[in-house]
Amino acid sequence: MKLSKVGFPHIGNYYVPATYLFSNILHSDIVSAPHISQKTIELGVKYSPSFVCTPFKYTLGTLLEVIEKGADCVVQLGGGCRYGYYHELQRTIISDLGYDVKFINLVIAGKASVFRVYRELRRIDKHFRRFKSLYYLFITMKMVKYMDLIDDYIREYVGFEVNDGEMEKLNESMLKEFSGVKGYFDLKRVYKKYNSLIRKVKVDIPRNVTKVGIIGELYTIMEPFSNYFIEKSLASFNMSIKRYTNASYLMMGKGKFIKKNIKKYSKYVKYRMGADATDNIIRAVDMCRDGFDGIIHIKSSFCTPEIGSMGIINKVCCDYNVPVLFFSFDSNTSRVGLQTRLEAFNDMIEMRKK
Amino acid sequence: MNCYLGIDIGSISTKGVVIDEDNKIICSLYIWTEGSPINSVKKLVSELKKKIPSGYVVKGIGTTGSARKLIGLMMDANVVKNEITAHAVGTLSVNPNVHTILEIGGQDSKIIIIRDGVIVDYAMNTLCAAGTGSFLSSQAKRLDIPIEEFGKLALSSKNPAKIAARCTVFAESDLIHKAQVGYSKEDIVAGLCKSIVLNYLNNVGKGKKIIEPVVFQGGVSKNLGVLKYFKEVLGCDVTVDPNSHLMGALGIAILSHKNSDGRVYDLDIKDIEFKTVGNECGGCSNNCEILRIFKDKKLVDTWGSMCGKY
Repeated sequence: MKLSKVGFPHIGNYYVPATYLFSNILHSDIVSAPHISQKTIELGVKYSPSFVCTPFKYTLGTLLEVIEKGADCVVQLGGGCRYGYYHELQRTIISDLGYDVKFINLVIAGKASVFRVYRELRRIDKHFRRFKSLYYLFITMKMVKYMDLIDDYIREYVGFEVNDGEMEKLNESMLKEFSGVKGYFDLKRVYKKYNSLIRKVKVDIPRNVTKVGIIGELYTIMEPFSNYFIEKSLASFNMSIKRYTNASYLMMGKGKFIKKNIKKYSKYVKYRMGADATDNIIRAVDMCRDGFDGIIHIKSSFCTPEIGSMGIINKVCCDYNVPVLFFSFDSNTSRVGLQTRLEAFNDMIEMRKK
Repeated sequence: MNCYLGIDIGSISTKGVVIDEDNKIICSLYIWTEGSPINSVKKLVSELKKKIPSGYVVKGIGTTGSARKLIGLMMDANVVKNEITAHAVGTLSVNPNVHTILEIGGQDSKIIIIRDGVIVDYAMNTLCAAGTGSFLSSQAKRLDIPIEEFGKLALSSKNPAKIAARCTVFAESDLIHKAQVGYSKEDIVAGLCKSIVLNYLNNVGKGKKIIEPVVFQGGVSKNLGVLKYFKEVLGCDVTVDPNSHLMGALGIAILSHKNSDGRVYDLDIKDIEFKTVGNECGGCSNNCEILRIFKDKKLVDTWGSMCGKY
């Protein structure tokens, strides 16, 4: 039987561990999508319903791009909000366009059952490496964890780099080495090497650092293209950025975090509000208490759970007297308008500090 | 003596203010942008130059507004700042106790919350131009009322029509509908003014604590009808400074004064040829729109690339 070529939607740099995992447990070829670009979103917008949330458009665009590159089997996941319908709707749209593509959904409504994943993986490749897969899953999880740790460090200090772009370059070459690691110890070695290299990059940190926290809807804050490289713009104002939402948090920490905290924060949130809304409210309170100078809330247009959380976050920030900026990104947001608001935000924080 | 020039280039109008060492306005000018910021600034500067009394030397230039970057480059400005900061600084210099600034301009509207002389919060309209000056002026044209008379006409209405103002397109169809069922012109105009206020407070002012003293500025603040409904809906006094339309330019002039490096500026820009050439890069699938700015046929800056190739 001919093996199918596998593609999947991209988000940030997480295509590296995903490619690593699939190429090690499946015998199939992996088709990796080109970097997300204007063309991706144009393709996505063309074939999406116009009032669907923006990540749908981005992921549909990437899927169409991998299919164009020759993939005939695509993997999608489903989360706990409208994200849960992405798989079905994208399957219908793509088959309506006349492509004969196998659709695999590994996670339904944010829950992955072992049996289901097993069944679905067998649909791609009957003889996938069952026993090795657990080992590779473990390595992949570690890889994601390491990537996030490095990212956290970079986000905090990249704004104070003496020579611009050094950290980004190191990060890129680390990802390149990550995609070729032979096993767990190899991975750990690469991580340690780059961890010390990145920490050696010269930074010039002023005494009174401006700390800004970013919260919001997961796709838009994790895919820099879809948030118009907001972290880069903020770093150019010499700000230190903190972002809690990343893949390792979403995979490992989220459930526990909410369970542990929801009672403590019952002044603001009593029930789970779906997707990341609850976490974002809790994080906002935490950041206000930790003395952050400002909070930026990012969502894609039409993201319902985050719309619910915005009002509460506004109240939190009013109570703690911390400025908050809300952004709603769509496929046609103007970059100039974004820049104006960020500049004003920066000016405001500087004025407040004086 | 030293003076400082602040230029606020908006979508509809271009404002210029010249201040002295004590941040007092020496002269000012307000002209229409007419879609060409470069030409309107040339005109503005050459006319302001005539107005500046002899003995003054320009020691700083600041630009703000939506064309701030381009004009900043053209004038070689020492400060290029966003309009939110400029408006706040300008207003604070005139009215240090202000707590809330409502601003409605040609294409955007914003609210700035100030406590103890410091900006603590702000918001700006995002997607839609409903309830901004350009909508008002296009409706005035359609109703064949000079924009200067618009506000006065609204004041004479006793029974303002209810206008759905969620969006300019729907507002316009609703306006036409109200006219077709026989509402008088002043009722429609008053309804429009009221709808702008409600729309502003629902969209931009959402969740913001509007505390007295409230200052209303921007081009639309000259509209008496809108002012009247702001007072009515907010239930408090709203002040409009005689220079309310110049606050952005005043603010940026003050900022330019603060950051002055002693350089003397020449206002002779009439003969400088300034040109922007835009093309798509095509180097990757992003297809960034690359803008090349030429000053006297010499490339001075390139904007718009995402990757930093230019």
